Amino acid sequence: MTRPFRAAPRWRPLRAAWRGCALMLLALLLAPGAWALTAEQALKMATGDGEDRVQAINEAVLDADDRTRAFIDALSNDAVKASDKAAFVMEGDQATDPVTGAKVKLPDDAEDVINNNFLRSALDAAKAALQLHSEDEATRAAAAAALMKDPDESRLPLIDRALAAEKSPAVRDRLELARATTLLASHDAAKRLQAAEALQLARSPDIKLLLNEQLSHEDDPKVKAAIQAAIAKINEGLAWGDRLGVLFTGASLGSILLLAALGLAITYGLMGVINMAHGELIMIGAYATYVMQVLFQRYLPDSAFGWYLVAAVPVSFLASALVGAVLERGVIRFLYGRPLETLLATWGISLVLIQSVRSLFGAQNVGVENPSWMSGGWQVLPNLMLPYNRLVIIGFAAVVLAGVAFLISRTRLGLFVRGVTQNRPIASCMGVNTARIDTYAFALGSGIAGLAGCALSQVGNVGPDLGQSYIVDSFMVVVLGGVGQLAGTVYAALGLGLANKLLEGWTGAVLAKIAVLVFIIVFIQKRPQGIFALKGREA
Amino acid sequence: MTPNTPSPLTLPARAPLLSRGGWAAFLVALILVCAVAPVLNMAVPEGSAFHLSDYMVGLIGKIMCYAICALAMDLIWGYTGILSLGHGLFFALGGYMMGMYLMRQIGRDGSYKSDLPDFMVFLDWKELPWHWALSGSFVATLVLIVAVPALLAFVFGWFAFRSRIKGVYFSIITQALTVAAMLLFFRNETGFGGNNGFTDFKRILGIPIATQEMRMLLFVLTGATLLGFFLLARWLVGSKYGRVLQAIRDAESRVMFSGYNPLPYKLSIWIISAVMCGVAGALYVPQVGIINPGEMSPANSIEIAIWAAVGGRATLVGPIIGAFLVNGAKSWLTVAAPEYWLFFLGGLFIVVTLFLPNGVVGLVRQLRRGKPVTAPAAAAAERSLESEAGEDVPPSVGPQATALPGQGARA
Repeated sequence: MTRPFRAAPRWRPLRAAWRGCALMLLALLLAPGAWALTAEQALKMATGDGEDRVQAINEAVLDADDRTRAFIDALSNDAVKASDKAAFVMEGDQATDPVTGAKVKLPDDAEDVINNNFLRSALDAAKAALQLHSEDEATRAAAAAALMKDPDESRLPLIDRALAAEKSPAVRDRLELARATTLLASHDAAKRLQAAEALQLARSPDIKLLLNEQLSHEDDPKVKAAIQAAIAKINEGLAWGDRLGVLFTGASLGSILLLAALGLAITYGLMGVINMAHGELIMIGAYATYVMQVLFQRYLPDSAFGWYLVAAVPVSFLASALVGAVLERGVIRFLYGRPLETLLATWGISLVLIQSVRSLFGAQNVGVENPSWMSGGWQVLPNLMLPYNRLVIIGFAAVVLAGVAFLISRTRLGLFVRGVTQNRPIASCMGVNTARIDTYAFALGSGIAGLAGCALSQVGNVGPDLGQSYIVDSFMVVVLGGVGQLAGTVYAALGLGLANKLLEGWTGAVLAKIAVLVFIIVFIQKRPQGIFALKGREA
Repeated sequence: MTPNTPSPLTLPARAPLLSRGGWAAFLVALILVCAVAPVLNMAVPEGSAFHLSDYMVGLIGKIMCYAICALAMDLIWGYTGILSLGHGLFFALGGYMMGMYLMRQIGRDGSYKSDLPDFMVFLDWKELPWHWALSGSFVATLVLIVAVPALLAFVFGWFAFRSRIKGVYFSIITQALTVAAMLLFFRNETGFGGNNGFTDFKRILGIPIATQEMRMLLFVLTGATLLGFFLLARWLVGSKYGRVLQAIRDAESRVMFSGYNPLPYKLSIWIISAVMCGVAGALYVPQVGIINPGEMSPANSIEIAIWAAVGGRATLVGPIIGAFLVNGAKSWLTVAAPEYWLFFLGGLFIVVTLFLPNGVVGLVRQLRRGKPVTAPAAAAAERSLESEAGEDVPPSVGPQATALPGQGARA
């Protein structure tokens, strides 16, 4: 199947070679008298054999005007009909002439133009190529990236022209990459060598894939070596992205665990109340966020929707704090000093709360949308994207942590809470209303659980069982960190998050989770007081 | 443990295993289970008002398995003061051991007509994994039903009790253990059928399992086991060993100062309790016809505690009554008004801990004595719980060690 006139080794599927050669010829022929879309061109793009149509499309792109653009758009929207003699752009039922835009009568033999997948990808690439001269820098960059995905030597002149006109360095870099990937597909070994060297600088898994593919049917030893070197270089770059990515997901999980455990650090760590309904307080915070979302959707204009989350933060805090205060007043205060009973009673409360939410909102998960300013992400490296919602949660966890630390160590309420937990009778003698402080402290811990729920609603499912999945983890964090310790809670949460994600890459998610649980079980045997035990006379 | 100096104290004489009335009640129960139930089910015609339907046989058989669990929970929690949230794991382990045997008994009658259990064929395994080696033999299975929960309980308990992990800490790490095991059993690679577990059993000892006779046999066996375990528990609790257990519950430090090492006591009762749960699980699986990792979910383990609490901790009849009350209510409510079941169960947890520290049995006893609810019995319970709270926290934990007794006094 080798082509007799080609000296260079076989380098691409035959189809592309054909297209490339033919197009270059055509481009040469057409170049001097660059003209806009003609009726003949439109007909060629719309009818005939798939190969020929792609050829016509690629050729039209080289010298595109607004009409060409509109026609290609119409083609990809399936809004073109064609007869044997001419193609028509359909606007509803009205046919228009693709060249002039004038309304014309549709001949009876005109039929819908059908595009198969092969044609669709050609059309997509053509659309991307057309955008290389867009006014918007981001659009141009996206177009260059799209061209990289489907390199075709026929578009080389197009890229060269775009490069000549391009001012923005970021887009120039992209275009250079696109040029290199296109050259990599060339049948000239020297060009491929040049391309492989240029691609060393790329740090993208896509390019790596492309290079690997080229390597598999490359037979020029020099080019082969250059490609291998480029792949090694890229791997080096990617490794950093991967490592940072694991660290980031670990920190993200850690921040979520921290938020979930922080409230528990107050109710269990400081007050000594085993609250098995803590997970359900998280769930209530998440549902409060959902309610705010629905309220904003229903009663406020669309432009305000992005702010629902900001409004949901205090609401979820108050909702959970209120439920927490009611629990403390109604049940838990009768059980102080009886931890096992507290455990069972709060478990019962958690069942009641789950069923209440099920009865109110239904057993299915409810959908909580990210506001627009939280969707998307920050592309740090080609293979490392930090989603904004995770970044916001990490920041939020830090802020909540700082707030709690401030509250406990610097405010009057914090002083009372510490006083009551350290020595209740003396605090009482000093005139502290210990029962009220208990309620406040419990409400505070519950409110923080609500904040955790608000954050969780942005990254996970919100359903009645949301809390159940966090309760074991939260207790692990508090127990591991050391009871009565905020700093310990922080370290334990981040440590568990990182350990979980690091192990996950190695053993898989389930085994990682098991390993972490077993580690905690063993750890508690050795150090029942946690990592950071308070040093005191009792110790 | 003979004291060095002669003591004027005379130890109370050992009480009989059961009082005369107790033995009578026991015999009645035995006859009910072994004779009356089979007759009502098999001999009485279906239309008769006295006929015991197959559904009821299955339900009561299932609840009797739960009652064994509640009894086991009572030994470790009611009498020794250690709340385990991991008894569902021992129950499931016993069930899995039995399930493995039953899977092998299917033989070539599975949907893939292979010697291997269906799920292994499905996973494209060519031979039995190592831990299935003994599953072909019934005797080995019986040994494993006892040995596996016992071994796990021994290893876990030895480490936990040796480092003097107590109270809530112990409860939480037993829960963590159960969750870890559940995740492990959910994996297909673990070799226990993953999500679906074991089901579609055909035979036991070569006899078809789905017949009425077999069902009745399993029912009688379960009832006899329950009554047997009841006598065993009664004997344990009444002995000196049982006294030490209760002393550990009420004031572990004082027990240690008196020269006892609590470790062997706690460890042995922990293992006995685990084995009882394992046996219950093994009896449960052939009657219900399925075992899957859902049995290990933390909720199931906590439910065992509420059976014991509803009936009355530190009484032996209580947990059995509790298991029947709660599960009877469950099977009725989940059909009649499924949305209220969790409200009921949750409310039960709250009401029992707040108002019925001694459960239904305690309530009945108080009513019989004609005393108000805040009678000495409740106060005594309160006192014991108070000291339990004081000891709950490891001594090295700072502010709490001083804070909690104060809280206890307030409560």
